[in-house]
Amino acid sequence: MRAVDVGRFAWRSLAAYRSRTLLIVLAMSIGVGAVVVLTSLGEGARAYVRNQFTSLGTNLVVILPGRAETFGGSGGMVSGRTPRDLTLDDALALRRIHGVKRVVPLNLVSGEVWWNGRRRDVPVAGSTDELLHLWGLRLALGQFLPPQDPRRGSAVCVIGWRVREELFGSHGALGELVRIGDRRFRVIGVLAQQGEFLGLDIDELTVIPVASAQASFNLHSLLRVAMEANAREDVPWVKTEASRILRERHGGEEDVTVITEDAVASALDHILVALTMALGGIASISLAVAGILIMNVMLVAVSQRTSEIGLLKAIGASPAQIRAVFFVEAAMLSGAGGLAGSVLGQCGSWAVRQAYPTLPAFAPAWAAVAALVLAIVTGIAFCVLPARRAAQLNPALALARR
Amino acid sequence: MIFLREVHRAFRVGDDEVQALRNVSLEVGPGEYVSVMGPSGSGKSTLLNIIGLLDRPTAGVYRLDEEDVTALTDFRAAQVRREKIGFVFQFFHLVPRLTAAENVELPLVLAGLPSAERATIVSGLLREFGIAHRARHRPDQLSGGERQRVAIARAMVMRPAAILADEPTGNLDQPTGREVLQLLEALNARGVALILVTHDPALGNRARRQIRMVDGEVHTDIGERPA
Repeated sequence: MRAVDVGRFAWRSLAAYRSRTLLIVLAMSIGVGAVVVLTSLGEGARAYVRNQFTSLGTNLVVILPGRAETFGGSGGMVSGRTPRDLTLDDALALRRIHGVKRVVPLNLVSGEVWWNGRRRDVPVAGSTDELLHLWGLRLALGQFLPPQDPRRGSAVCVIGWRVREELFGSHGALGELVRIGDRRFRVIGVLAQQGEFLGLDIDELTVIPVASAQASFNLHSLLRVAMEANAREDVPWVKTEASRILRERHGGEEDVTVITEDAVASALDHILVALTMALGGIASISLAVAGILIMNVMLVAVSQRTSEIGLLKAIGASPAQIRAVFFVEAAMLSGAGGLAGSVLGQCGSWAVRQAYPTLPAFAPAWAAVAALVLAIVTGIAFCVLPARRAAQLNPALALARR
Repeated sequence: MIFLREVHRAFRVGDDEVQALRNVSLEVGPGEYVSVMGPSGSGKSTLLNIIGLLDRPTAGVYRLDEEDVTALTDFRAAQVRREKIGFVFQFFHLVPRLTAAENVELPLVLAGLPSAERATIVSGLLREFGIAHRARHRPDQLSGGERQRVAIARAMVMRPAAILADEPTGNLDQPTGREVLQLLEALNARGVALILVTHDPALGNRARRQIRMVDGEVHTDIGERPA
């Protein structure tokens, strides 16, 4: 029997039992679609996190006050446990390191912004002009903090998009004086609408010079210092140099935590890869269910077509040929289901991307291919039993039935 | 051509053993016309199944064209059935979703013939059997007589040496049944051995050789015998 003829014969029986065929294809495609959509969600989450880290600035070395010792990796992020402050002078000393592109000190407090009797609680960032590049901020109006000596705080501020909307409404914001804490600042710029960045709502943010922030809010320590190296290869060097300089400045004590973006990113990346795999694994249970469904349907087909199988044997079909016909039928069913499911899955991930534009939910290639292959393999594997039963039918008995 | 010696066939039904065939020895030569008659349960269909390699004897020897086919592998048995034997059944056993032409073509498909060759053979046969105009119809669009003609064409498509017909007219009205039998007899006249199982003496008596079975045994075997 030629391969073409086996295929044609199987195709004819699929076409003859149309509703049965469509139901199986549907079940299989839901299974495959689930794998594709769920892995694309996992992959999307991974890409989202990676993007966040990239926008944080590549080749990043971050200094946090306090030493991560007996308690986990969070280090000095928990404020108030710092034996010694991480000062602005510390940050400026780090500028001397060779291979550092920029050093950005940062304070972040929640404060009030007043204008014309209106008040809004906002996160206030104290930093320098270089924060603009570090966080990839965009301006809608005016300018960002001017380049100046970080120790001298001028009375200017840049406000987020919603801060402007809420405080000023249709009134022009540029050039206006607002009160932040107990000081007055002139608005010199408005940030473009950007949404969240590392859990911080940029649209709500207000940025003032770091020295002004420390004076206004009576801060002695920086929240952190972010350093960006010129190149990826410089990161280890910058890290050790930063540690050395700060140890010297802090009387030989290791009281800061130096983390690189790489370490955090790769730890998160591992977690998210595992998450993707787990989602894929859960989804492939539905593939197994579809496989069992195929087995059931093929078993029913064998008993429905008993006399036909008897006839095929009588006119000279070998057991292998009968098995082949059933296998090809199962392969066609699961293959069609797999393809339909891939399309379904792609549509699903597209829908997810439409619903959550920040989540780049693209199914990884391996998952799309694996789902398809797995669909066909389950289809065929679960057909072994029915096909064998068909091939072993006693033709005399099979034909005796009408 | 067909040579059975002391063939037994027993079935288990629950705890009982039923002897469907007892000690049957039989020889059928090329081109013979044999009818097998007997009441139902006398073993005529079992005999036909064994001759057609659809069933195997529990004891005895079966030789077909000098080859011992008593215990062939399934693969080889399928091959022998395909090449040497054509079956005609009471209930036609056409594949419902295939057209008349495709049903006739099926043995050629199983044999792996290229499609162009198959088309020539099938269209020739359909024309010969007077059903060329029904070639593209499915079985449910055909009359009983036409269905049986399609089935006979399918049995003949591999040019077998023998046709085994199990009550081929059993599901047809009398005139149609006679036409179908005449068609089979015409094939026999061209040299194909015809073994016809029937319970109808009016049909069975037309055969040159008549075998009557009772209780799984050959009761009488009269008429022309192979030389």
